[in-house]
Amino acid sequence: MIYSLCLLLILIGLYGVVASRQTVKIVISLVIMQHGVHLLLLLIGYRDGGSPPIVDPGQSVTTFAGLAVDPLPQALVLTSIVIGLGVLALMVALCVRLYERYGTFDVTEIRRLRG
Amino acid sequence: MTEVLALLILLTVIAAIITVLTPNLLYSVISLGAVGFLLAIAFMFLAAPDIAIVQIGVEVVSLVILIRATLGRETQMVKVSRTVVGVAFAVAFVAVIGLFGIQVFNEFPVFGMPVMERFSDAPSATYLAQGLEETGAPNIVTAVLLDFRAWDTLGEATVLFCAALGTVAVLRRKARRFPEPGVDEQQEDETP
Amino acid sequence: MNAPDKPEPGMGMIVRTVTRWLKGPILLFGIYIVMYGHITPGGGFGGGVIIACAFILIMLALGGQSGLGVFSKAAASRFDSVGLLIFLVVGWLGTFWASGYFYANFIDTPQEAWFTLFSGGTIPVLNIALGLKVASALFLVFTVLTALQIGGSQGDSQSRAWPAPTDGGEES
Repeated sequence: MIYSLCLLLILIGLYGVVASRQTVKIVISLVIMQHGVHLLLLLIGYRDGGSPPIVDPGQSVTTFAGLAVDPLPQALVLTSIVIGLGVLALMVALCVRLYERYGTFDVTEIRRLRG
Repeated sequence: MTEVLALLILLTVIAAIITVLTPNLLYSVISLGAVGFLLAIAFMFLAAPDIAIVQIGVEVVSLVILIRATLGRETQMVKVSRTVVGVAFAVAFVAVIGLFGIQVFNEFPVFGMPVMERFSDAPSATYLAQGLEETGAPNIVTAVLLDFRAWDTLGEATVLFCAALGTVAVLRRKARRFPEPGVDEQQEDETP
Repeated sequence: MNAPDKPEPGMGMIVRTVTRWLKGPILLFGIYIVMYGHITPGGGFGGGVIIACAFILIMLALGGQSGLGVFSKAAASRFDSVGLLIFLVVGWLGTFWASGYFYANFIDTPQEAWFTLFSGGTIPVLNIALGLKVASALFLVFTVLTALQIGGSQGDSQSRAWPAPTDGGEES
């Protein structure tokens, strides 16, 4: 059931990308899709009643390995979040340039004006 | 616990619907902030504290960038009716992909069993069991990022570098002129 | 070179006073998360984002000139490159100087040094390089994106080719 909610988040972002008329709205919908994908990656690595993958000073390694959640999806999502911010900055720079060149954020107007 | 998590993700979905459907850009950006913060709380419930730290910081910076660089007096909205055919086509497209997605998501195992338990040769079990001994770092996520999988982190650093470089280059005022070999040599030959 | 950009104005007196008190603790907190990244949650990415947030706060609240005076654009791009270079150099050292594969952890940690600050081999070095890189890249991007004002909320953009549109954008 939780997986279907996550899929709903991704689909809402996809609808925003397809049906938006402003470039900034397309960028925002792409960010929502990224959030949905990160959530999905963390959901498949979760153990019921698990603890974060950080060893306490007094803990033995075997109990820790039986109790912790999966560390590999967390590492992937960590880099992906920061890359998402860099790509967001680049997309916003392109939107700003488009606004300066055509005077509007509207995608249909930008398509009609040539030159 | 699962109920609290499901409630949080439901609230996130509601905020995302508001983000996509509202015509005003400022409301859209504000509910994007709500989506990000709710997701950070959900990450805390999923036992991932480093990701919650990074998510909150990145959410704040991206909100500041979006508001500061794109909103001004003239970008507030005028209502225009949208075509029915366009909306129907978009909904149909998303519904088709949603149907395929539901078929895929039904194949997932039950929520609560991690990936490393389903396969006997998963690398995560090795990372958890031997991470502290081999690297000397108790934070296994950092050990995976910077010792077992440092090559991927180098790729990430390169992507961030290129994104920053691209942003600076797109927003330049004047282009840099490099001397072109053919044109400048011709001019040199012509002038005595 | 770029044409001179319009500097950002600062904010009101309460915001400026609180920023003057808070910029030190926020920077220190970011450095703490970077340095202790191998023991407690955090690491180079989270700490780098928080350090960038501290400099963005200085730039937004105290004005663009004091922000750029603390950490100029040229310095930010230099720190960016230096962070990436340190990351690469440690990897090459692992290959050629020590055991022989890329990013080998060539500083050993004895068991009594676990859970202290100077443990983990090359991991703290890589954390510091990553924190430097992420902080300066994000601050550079923020500086460049907000140096020009769009839409005329506080003055006109300098390179507008068209006159300002009067009816704004359309509904999405």
